[in-house]
Amino acid sequence: MTAAALTREPATAGAPGRRRPPRPGRVVLHLFLGAVAVGWLFPILWAVLTSLRSYEYTAVNGYVSLGGWTFDNYVTAWRTAEFGKHFLNSVYITVPAVLLALFLASCVAFVIARFSWKLNIVLLGVFTAANLLPQQALLIPLFRLFTEIPLPLFMSDSELLYDSYWGLILVNVAFQCGFCVFVLSNYMKALPYELYEAAMVDGASVWRQYWQVTMPLCRPALAALATLEVTWIYNEFFWATVLMRTGDKFPVTSSLNNLRGEFFTDNNLVSAGSVLVAIPTLVIFFLLQKQFVRGLTLGASKG
Amino acid sequence: MSDLPLIQVDPAVSSPAATTRKGGRGRGPRLLSRTDRVVITLMVLVPLLLVVGLVWLPAVATVALSGTNWDGIGPLGEIEWVGGRNYSDVINIYPPFVPAVQHNLLWLAALFVVATPFGMFLAVLLDKEIRGSRFYQTALYLPVVLSLALIGFVWQLIYSRDQGLLNAVLGTSTDWYGDPDVNIWAVLVAAGWRHVGYIMLLYLAGLKGVDPSLREAASVDGASEVTTFFRVVFPVLRPINIIVLVVTVIESLRAFDLVWVVNKGRNGLEMISALVTQNVVGEASRIGFGSALATLMLVVSLVFITIYLATVMKESRK
Repeated sequence: MTAAALTREPATAGAPGRRRPPRPGRVVLHLFLGAVAVGWLFPILWAVLTSLRSYEYTAVNGYVSLGGWTFDNYVTAWRTAEFGKHFLNSVYITVPAVLLALFLASCVAFVIARFSWKLNIVLLGVFTAANLLPQQALLIPLFRLFTEIPLPLFMSDSELLYDSYWGLILVNVAFQCGFCVFVLSNYMKALPYELYEAAMVDGASVWRQYWQVTMPLCRPALAALATLEVTWIYNEFFWATVLMRTGDKFPVTSSLNNLRGEFFTDNNLVSAGSVLVAIPTLVIFFLLQKQFVRGLTLGASKG
Repeated sequence: MSDLPLIQVDPAVSSPAATTRKGGRGRGPRLLSRTDRVVITLMVLVPLLLVVGLVWLPAVATVALSGTNWDGIGPLGEIEWVGGRNYSDVINIYPPFVPAVQHNLLWLAALFVVATPFGMFLAVLLDKEIRGSRFYQTALYLPVVLSLALIGFVWQLIYSRDQGLLNAVLGTSTDWYGDPDVNIWAVLVAAGWRHVGYIMLLYLAGLKGVDPSLREAASVDGASEVTTFFRVVFPVLRPINIIVLVVTVIESLRAFDLVWVVNKGRNGLEMISALVTQNVVGEASRIGFGSALATLMLVVSLVFITIYLATVMKESRK
């Protein structure tokens, strides 16, 4: 969805002449931004805080209190909700889906960027628009389709594309491809065409031009996209909810909904569960923030 | 959107495009070997089949099914054409429809009138050279990396009737997620919380791309910061404005996760997306009905997707 942001011009770092001595205005600005930032972080901090307190203590003293510190909620949540299994399910779906989406999208993007055929624009439109369609509007035919396509038993114990990891991987790839094609084709168009002329003089085939010339130069774009896509597919809720049936096979984001009944009376456990589910995306966000930021200037910078 | 005849690898078709360009890309086709042509065909065809098969054909099928009385279980041969009956039924005898449309519009209005301008305002503030800008940005952007489903749970800790923070602080005993009079507002606060960060991010990227000399010229002319923004910067950001508009519309249209985790889109939280889903995976599956609703979503989204594509493609060709 951040297609636009990803193709903006790079920041003009430190525009000269915009620095002024501190003024009262700045103080107000910092107070305001600080208040907003704290307000924005608050719901997350509150979840962390609640998760670290025992239910017995908060039941007696209320949540607006201090004390009852414990780590037990995490242990209980992990065990009752079988988070280990669901995290693994998320890995089974997210990793292949991201790799496949990036591979397929880079193929299309390469053809769009390398050759200037008139239908390229149609192709780009078909892919990009697919990323923006409301998923729910496609549910009915897809649901039926998935229950009609058989899979061998060794691929899925449901013996159908429905209720299988394969189905979820495919549907995620189909939806995310468009965004990746859009970003990668813009990035690849910025590569100098002389590269291909040189490669052709050397007799490199189209495949070698793609794999050995273009792809290595696209590493920054691929890294940024991989970061975004891992987050998005890990966070994906709708398809897993409707195209999976067996509780054991749900990825962690949509398994949350099933935990609710068990946890309904115990918000401390709900918060521990929520924090556990949030941890992977938060870790990715903090470790790879540079990738997110780089993603913003993508497409404008040349290889 | 039509299915494409995928013939661009055929030299007879592509050569006019190729020869009309002088020296640019695309002199290739005539130089391509047979293997190269096969490789190119596969590189395009495999992803295309996936996207057409799992996105575009289902979209077409949805529109087709909306004119039938299929129950979703019987063989496809038994489908009967009923014309516009599903649409008139949806409007006339389906009680959740009107509230759902109202909630979708309310969602759009809330994001558009409150969350989007606020995100934009924050982007303008953060675009200044200020210390700690990274911290502020990180804090605002943090909710964006969380899934909307998870956000539903995080806010439950605040909204819960017996254990929620809000009631503890206010001394009330409102069930913020359950009471049909207030729950849509409660959910909108949570949705807006995430949306602000997202919009801030989009505008911040846009603002960084604005030519600094424009601002300098305006300040030399004695324009105030506010005037500069509205008269100079905002018009330059037109592409971003359109994209943000489209993103907001589409996000409001496909808002689903949050209401689904709260109560599966019932009892004050009816949304079109949730109604479609209820009609497919819910207890009573009414396919024609659900398809008519889904077709409405498709039509609205395609209008805005077209605007989006026109904008981004014009931008990327610059």
